[in-house]
Amino acid sequence: MSDLESFRAEIRAWIEANCPEEMRRPVQDEGDICWGGRNFVFKSEAQKQWMEVCAAKGYTVPDWPVAYGGAGMDPAQAKIWREEMARAGARPPLSSFGIWMLGPALLKFGTEEQKVHYLGQVARGEIRWCQGYSEPGSGSDLVSLQTFGEDKGDHWVVNGQKIWTSYADKADWIFCLVRTDKANTYQGISFLLFDMTTPGVTTKPIKLISGSSPFCETFFDNVEVPKSQIVGQLNRGWDVAKYLLGHEREMISGAGGGEQTSTIGKVLTRNGLDDPMLRAELAQFDIDALSFAAMGEKFLDEIKVGKAHPAQPNMMKYAGTELNKRRHELLMAAGGSTALEWDSAETRGGAPARSWLRTKANSIEGGTSEVMLNVVAKRILELPGA
Amino acid sequence: MALYYTEDQAMLADSVTGFMADEGGIKKQLRHWRDTNCKDGFGHGLWKQFAEMGLTGMLAAEADGGLAMGHVEAGIVLAEIGRNLTPSPFLTTAVMGVTALSEASDELRGRWLPGVIAGETVLAMAIDEGAKHRPDKIACRAERAGNGFRLTGAKGFVIHGTSADALIVAARTSGSDSDADGVTLFAVPKDAAGIGHTAVRLVDSAMASHVRFDGVELDGSSVIGEVDGGRAVLNKVLSAGRIGAAAEQTGVGSGAFAMTTTYLKTRKQFGKLIGEFQALQHRAAHLYSELEIAEAVVIKAQQLLDGGSERAELMVSVAKAKAARACNLAVREGVQMHGGVGMTDEYDIGLYMKRERALTEFMGDANYHAERVAQLSGY
Repeated sequence: MSDLESFRAEIRAWIEANCPEEMRRPVQDEGDICWGGRNFVFKSEAQKQWMEVCAAKGYTVPDWPVAYGGAGMDPAQAKIWREEMARAGARPPLSSFGIWMLGPALLKFGTEEQKVHYLGQVARGEIRWCQGYSEPGSGSDLVSLQTFGEDKGDHWVVNGQKIWTSYADKADWIFCLVRTDKANTYQGISFLLFDMTTPGVTTKPIKLISGSSPFCETFFDNVEVPKSQIVGQLNRGWDVAKYLLGHEREMISGAGGGEQTSTIGKVLTRNGLDDPMLRAELAQFDIDALSFAAMGEKFLDEIKVGKAHPAQPNMMKYAGTELNKRRHELLMAAGGSTALEWDSAETRGGAPARSWLRTKANSIEGGTSEVMLNVVAKRILELPGA
Repeated sequence: MALYYTEDQAMLADSVTGFMADEGGIKKQLRHWRDTNCKDGFGHGLWKQFAEMGLTGMLAAEADGGLAMGHVEAGIVLAEIGRNLTPSPFLTTAVMGVTALSEASDELRGRWLPGVIAGETVLAMAIDEGAKHRPDKIACRAERAGNGFRLTGAKGFVIHGTSADALIVAARTSGSDSDADGVTLFAVPKDAAGIGHTAVRLVDSAMASHVRFDGVELDGSSVIGEVDGGRAVLNKVLSAGRIGAAAEQTGVGSGAFAMTTTYLKTRKQFGKLIGEFQALQHRAAHLYSELEIAEAVVIKAQQLLDGGSERAELMVSVAKAKAARACNLAVREGVQMHGGVGMTDEYDIGLYMKRERALTEFMGDANYHAERVAQLSGY
C-alpha cells in the first residue's frame, strides 16, 4: 500500500469513527452551518462535538501548518481529505471567513506572532471574523474607499462606514481596509484587524429582497486600533486585500465542491413533472454543473502547486456564480407555484424563493461578474487598454 | 489523481505540440490536401511520421507492440490535431480501431495491429446508419452462412471509409434493430467482395463514405469479441471515440480562440485596437471561461475512463456535450470578431468553424449527449 493509500485508509477510518451521524446529513439551511465564535450557539451537541474533535486534530484547516492549528497536509493529502469528507457526506466541521479569507492572507503577510495568535483562534473556532471592504461610495471601485485611520502615535483612530459587511452583527473581530494616506490611492490603504467590541463600533443589519439580513452597515466612530494590529506594511494593505479577494472569489465560486457543483435534474422526477423542455434545460444545466465541478477540482489541484494563473479565481468566481443563479432559476421553475410560497411550512419558510433571491447577490458580492470579466480580459487575455 | 499532466504527460505534450505545429500545420496539411483534391483527404506520409513518433500504438497493449497508454495521452495528441486542424486517421484508427481490436482474437490483432503501429494501415468505423448518431439502433445485418457470415446493409458517415484497409463494422447478428443484445463487431477487409462505396467530401474537407454491404462473405475469424455480445465492445469504442472527439474539439476551440485574441490585439477601427472595446473583452473573457471548463471536464473524463470508473460513461457524455458547446461558441465568436475577413477562405478561422461542425456531429452532438446525461442520471 502506498503512503497515500494508507493515508486515505486512515482518514476514512477516522471520519467513520468520529463524525456523528447527524453531521452526515446534507446542510438544509443557515442554522446547520457551524460558524464558531464567542457568541455562537451550537444547534446540537453533535455539531459542537464534530467541530471540537476536528479542531483537536487540526482538521478544521487541514492544509495549514500544525503550528498554526492545522494538520499540515500537503496538496495530495488535502485532496484525499476533501474526497473522503465528500464520500462520507460529512459536513464541514467549521465554516468561517477566518478560514477562507483572513487565514490565507495572514499565512502570506502576517508576522509569526500574528499567525500563532490569530490563526490558532480561527482553527479552534474561537473567533468569528467579518470583512470590512465595501463602502457606500466604493463598491466595484473599491480602491476609492474613504474610511480613515488617523495616526496617533501608538494607535490609529478610525472613522468611517462600511457596507455589505457579512455577519458583522455576529462577528467578534473585523479585518478592515482603512485609508492611512489620503494623498495616495492604491498605496494609501492599510489592512487592520480589530475587535468588534471596541468602543465606537456599531452595526445595523440590512434587510435583503430575500427577507433575511446576512449583511450589515458598520459604523466606526473614533475607534482606537493599536499599531500592532496591522497586517503587512503601512499603506500597502491593497496588496493584502487583492490577495485575499482571490481567496474570497475562490470561496464564492464553489470551487471546493459547493452547491454549484451538484446536479439538479432529479427534481423533475421528484416533483412528478412531465415537462420535456424543462428536462432538456435541466440536462444542459447538469452538464455545466458537472463540468464546473471538474474545473473546480482542476483549479484547486493547480493552485496548490502554483500552476494556476494568479487571476484564475476571477474566472472561477464568474463562472460559479452565474451557474448558481441559473440553478435557482431552474429550481424555481421546477417548483412552480409552490416555490412562490413565502412562509409556508411546506417550503420551510419559503426556502426556495429566498434562496433564489439570495443567489442574485452572488454575482455582485466579492466583485461583480462584469468586474471579473474585466480582470480576465486584462490579466489573463492581456487585451489592450483593459 | 490531480487534474493536470504528470511529468511524462507534460513531456509528451511538449513533443507533440512541436511536431504537430511543424508537420501538421494548416498550410502544409489541411489546405494542401484540400486544394489538391486528394482522394484520402489526408497525407500517408504524415501518418507514417505519427508512427515514427510512437503515436500510432499509444493505446495498444505492450504485448501487441504498443505503448499501453491511456485516453489522457491520446487526448494530448488529439488536442494538437485539433489546434492545427491536422487531417489524419488517428482518431478512427489509433483510438477507436485499436480500442476495438484490443478486444479481438490473437489472430485478428496480429493481422491488423502491426500495420497500424507501423503507420501503414488505416481503419475506419462503420457504426452510424442515419444522418444522426443513433448507435442504439443497428439494422445492418450479418446472417450466418456456412462457417461464417453474410453482411448486408448500409452505413454512413464512415470517415476515411475509402482510404481504410479495414472497416470495423457494427452489425446485427440476432434480434430486432433496437435490441441491446444481438450486435457483433467485424473487421472487414477493404477488398472483400460486395462492398460498395460512395465517397463524399465533407464541409471540413474530410472524406467520408456511404458504404453498402451487398452480401459480403465473412469468415468467423473476422468477428471481434463474442458473436451477439458486441454491444460491450461497441460501447468501449464509442466512449473512446467520444472522449477523443471532445479532446480534439478543445484543441479546435483553443486554436480558434488564439487566432481571435491575436486579431483583437492587432485590428484597428475607430482609431483603436478592437480589443480595447469592453463589449468584445467581456465576450472574449466569457469564452475563455467556457474553454477552460471544457478542458477540465475532458481531462476528468479521460482519467475516469482510464481508471475504469463506473462514472466514466456519464462523464464522457458530459465532456462531449460541454466540449461541443464551448468549441462551437469559440468558432462562432471567432468568425464574428474577425468581421469580414472571417468570411474569407484565405483566413483560417472559417476552417475551424467547419471542423467544429463535423466533430460535433461525430459520435453524437451536444443534444444527444444531454439526453444520455438525463437518462444515465435517472430522469
